[in-house]
Amino acid sequence: MKYLGVDIGSSASKAVIVDNEGVVVARWLKHTGVGVATDVIETVLAETGTEASEIACTVATGYGRKLVPGADEEIAELSCHAKGARALVPKTRTIIDIGGQDAKAISLDGYGRIQSFAMNDKCAAGTGRFLEVMAHVLGVGTDALPDLAAASGTDIRISNTCTVFAESEVISQLAGGGSKADIAKGIHASVAERIAGLAKRVDIVPVVCMTGGSANNSALAACIGKELGAEIVVPEWPQMAGALGAALYARAIL
Amino acid sequence: MEQETSKQMLDRLLAAHYSEAEAAKREGKLVAWATSISPQELLETMGITTVYPENHAAAIGARKNAEGFLARSEANGYSVDICSYARVNLGYMELLSSPAGNIPLPDLIFCCSNICNTVIKWYENIAKELGVPMILFDMPFNHTYEVEEGSVRYMKAQILSAIRRLEEITGARFDEDRFREVMRVSTETARWWKQASLVAAAKPSPMNGFELFNYMAAIVCMRGKADGTEIFRRWAAELEEKKARGAGPWKDAEEKYRILWDGIACWPYLSDTYKVLKKYGINMVTSTYPDSWTILYEAGDLDGMARAYSSNYVNRNLDFGVNNIAGLVETFSLDGVIFHSNRSCKFMDFRQLETARQVEARTGVPTVLFDGDQTDPRAFSLAQYETRIQTLAETMAARKGVGA
Repeated sequence: MKYLGVDIGSSASKAVIVDNEGVVVARWLKHTGVGVATDVIETVLAETGTEASEIACTVATGYGRKLVPGADEEIAELSCHAKGARALVPKTRTIIDIGGQDAKAISLDGYGRIQSFAMNDKCAAGTGRFLEVMAHVLGVGTDALPDLAAASGTDIRISNTCTVFAESEVISQLAGGGSKADIAKGIHASVAERIAGLAKRVDIVPVVCMTGGSANNSALAACIGKELGAEIVVPEWPQMAGALGAALYARAIL
Repeated sequence: MEQETSKQMLDRLLAAHYSEAEAAKREGKLVAWATSISPQELLETMGITTVYPENHAAAIGARKNAEGFLARSEANGYSVDICSYARVNLGYMELLSSPAGNIPLPDLIFCCSNICNTVIKWYENIAKELGVPMILFDMPFNHTYEVEEGSVRYMKAQILSAIRRLEEITGARFDEDRFREVMRVSTETARWWKQASLVAAAKPSPMNGFELFNYMAAIVCMRGKADGTEIFRRWAAELEEKKARGAGPWKDAEEKYRILWDGIACWPYLSDTYKVLKKYGINMVTSTYPDSWTILYEAGDLDGMARAYSSNYVNRNLDFGVNNIAGLVETFSLDGVIFHSNRSCKFMDFRQLETARQVEARTGVPTVLFDGDQTDPRAFSLAQYETRIQTLAETMAARKGVGA
């Protein structure tokens, strides 16, 4: 049998299917978050070439976890990220997850159980949304931010208290003739500082694993590592950690 | 005829509390606006009708009716960063009509800063705008673990001075015998309030702790009245009876986890925040906040009364705050602690992260912090709240060795 984990986030939807041994047999990603259609399970199955009868159990997670009819269980995303990260990077003790609207730091014990966690406040500063807004102001895609930042040789500061403040600050910088590369670098430093502040609220014990879509941004991961004074391990498919954790929970439930 | 339940009594007396205040105003009697943990004994002794703007603002919030009042005070120039009780009340002062009940405008302001500093400026504004006298009890923060003798003497001197001012304002004599009786009743009410809240230490707790938030209106508004004592005496007896039967907090669900709620309720989302907890079998069995009204001293002991008012927990230092919560974790057999990071109350939020860290280290129970506000509905996200609560539930389950 196979087990399905579906993670409906605020900006993307992810799904992972594992087999009886917990090995990933399919991954699915769509850049639509909570607005994804309610027949998401059918879509995942169709697009991954899986028969509904093959799936023994489905677990939903993420902000849209209640919007997945047909899921056998809903599990909070922190638990799923913890399970997923441990599967991807077995010795993980600290997880930094930057999602679309939430940033979290999770501290695990030696068995992978959540010891403590810290999450961002209601403000979107320090989340994936922050990076999206800033990339938009710079007129580039979020994917282009790391390369842009790499071209900069100057440190400039961008506020990390509020996305709207930071946006107007970036606009002023651009209006004042500031270079896009320097601003991009400043944006990464701004998010990293904010995330490090959050992460320091839990015990930072190696291995520190970074998950969520923003972990694909190598410049950001490096900045966070520098702020924390710790090496950051980014697994392959970091955005899938939540869905993988959900799939592994589905396997454990049955 | 069957005896009224404590809840029926609470509802009847609260309605009367508001209607009697309006009647008093119509009859030309003096009406005071007082802060929630002020020495109401003095007003009660003088027979001055007293209403509590904080309690009124909470009621407006709970009726999901705060926004019009917030908009009014913000349009008047009050910053959105100011306490939402203050903004609701300052807006109410002009609009004077609310589906949550009305309070008449004051002839006297009675303000004690043992709960926060905002009340000083908030109440000063009211006094100045309405041209009414203000009696202020200034209570500096207690930086030392124990309340210093100097602070107690300072409070006592202010109580004595307030008595003289009340005599001047009313032209009536302050009756010492009546004062002693009001002191006795106030302490008795506080004792039964505490007694009722302690029944929740039983496992399962016969009390759904959100009831504390509902009954709080009576401990604020009726602490100095015999009726107030009776509500809590009756409530304690009802809870004891439930406890004897082994009844839990809910008829349709089982208490799986027991938590403490730190801070004021999220009044506009009282039922939403409650339902999410209940969905995961989480019962709030105690809270730091309602214990503020456990104001105990001996009748006739003015020093003891001054000490009690100086000792309110929010006005105590970090070590006291941590010890207090760690003690409650033990007394109430708690599985976790929820901190309401209340946008209105910087005073309470300021040390929450450090308190949480120390409580976790000391007791080993997980904690969670969520953003909200006591009355401003714009500062809360239900989805974010639920993610945090669900994670807390899963963490508590893992600690107990249940489930995954």
